Amino acid sequence: MKERLSEETIALRAAKEFQDGNCVNLGFGIPNLCALFVPEGRTVLFHAENGVLGYGPILLEDEADKVDIRYQDAGTRFFTPQAGMSFFDMGMAFDMIRGGRLDITVLGAFQVSKKGDLANWGRPGDISRAIGGGMDLAIGAKRVIVTMEHVTKDGKPRILKKCTYPLTGKECVDLIVTDIAVMEVTNKGLVLKEVAPGWTAEEVQALTEPKLIIAEDLKEIEL
Amino acid sequence: MNKIWPSFDAAVADIPDGASVAVNFWGFPGVTQNLILALRNRGTKDLTLIINNWGTAPMPEEILVNPAILLPQMKKLITSFFVSSPRLVDMYGIPSKEAELEEKLEVEVMSHGILMARLHAAASGFGGFYSPVGVGTILEEGKEKRVIDGREYILEMPLKPDFGFVRAHKADKYGNLVYLGVERGYNPVIAMASKVTIAEVDEIVEPEELDPEAIVTPAIFVDRIVQIPEGGRGSYKDSMQKVHAFLSIEWIRPLVLRTKGKEAQR
Repeated sequence: MKERLSEETIALRAAKEFQDGNCVNLGFGIPNLCALFVPEGRTVLFHAENGVLGYGPILLEDEADKVDIRYQDAGTRFFTPQAGMSFFDMGMAFDMIRGGRLDITVLGAFQVSKKGDLANWGRPGDISRAIGGGMDLAIGAKRVIVTMEHVTKDGKPRILKKCTYPLTGKECVDLIVTDIAVMEVTNKGLVLKEVAPGWTAEEVQALTEPKLIIAEDLKEIEL
Repeated sequence: MNKIWPSFDAAVADIPDGASVAVNFWGFPGVTQNLILALRNRGTKDLTLIINNWGTAPMPEEILVNPAILLPQMKKLITSFFVSSPRLVDMYGIPSKEAELEEKLEVEVMSHGILMARLHAAASGFGGFYSPVGVGTILEEGKEKRVIDGREYILEMPLKPDFGFVRAHKADKYGNLVYLGVERGYNPVIAMASKVTIAEVDEIVEPEELDPEAIVTPAIFVDRIVQIPEGGRGSYKDSMQKVHAFLSIEWIRPLVLRTKGKEAQR
């Protein structure tokens, strides 16, 4: 078995996209880890849809004594307050998202299609419908980055010609960062831009349903 | 003018069977625990609950009152985050007595932002609005669509709760409200949208003690105020004690604190 990137490393790669002064919303799971890897010298204001912008780091497991119920993010994790932070109601939180103020959202996904359709909230036939704010983020953020494992536990592609899971948004994804590759969604199709160390474009293609366009400057993921 | 009510029971006593009630539930902060308990004790039936997050999670009632305790009294659920009881059984391995009741429930799920926007539309007196959220998803099913400036939109309708429960930190007798941190959440939206808004607060203070510049929900949106007895259930002090007791449970910590990437953070 070839080595795949860890969740932390996927998050690190995605976080390289954050530019100085960006407002960024992070989804559950791997996206949430991106907060740990903001590139040095860049200031990012993190946005949570339950009504806070510019919040500090999530408390670590051994910092439980610092927990304050006033400071909980959209994934119900407790965070550190910091200067420059602001609170607002959830209506305004979503106005910020849909109104195009959010520079980047990083979301998890079950599936992404070659056109950038995103499926990330439910499985077919499941009566649970954990839609949350994903649909607003998918169409509202200026840039949608997806972090995900490239294939399912059974080794089947998650990057498909057409999603089979219920959609969060149509043609909304801009960049996909997986445990083996980085792909950009373009009008012409998915462009393979980077591969994980030790992986070739052919090996990534074999685990991806749609035909990938190989970037002329294809390179190893830089970390 | 005096909007102060003597008890939670009195403040909910006129909520009739069949009423719709909006409640905030997104983690620990900002839950109207005492009003929810009072509504359960009153036994009002056929309720429609309008809530941002639904899940009959196995949370001990002593730690946090989950609005899902109203399930036996409900006929309809309107929410943005619906995790069904059977799914929770899978997640936590705890058998659920709620699953059967939940199956009978009429459930309407939409995106979180659209839930807020529909309430806000009702608050603003709009007859509906065109939204780009959920185009090409289940959210557009059965709804009018329209292209504006080359972009597709869905017609969404206003949502006006009969009653709204609002958790705030401080109130004055007029009903001006201030909040603590993310406790604010969905609460100001509920206050603006509901026909009758009932606030549950830590403290009722003299009007001159609230800075007009800092008031988040103006008095016009609030009809009734009930103060939590000092240190009582759901007060800031009580919730802080309980959340720390809750954090001593091992399987809870990874859900609310950071376990991965410790080294990177330090």
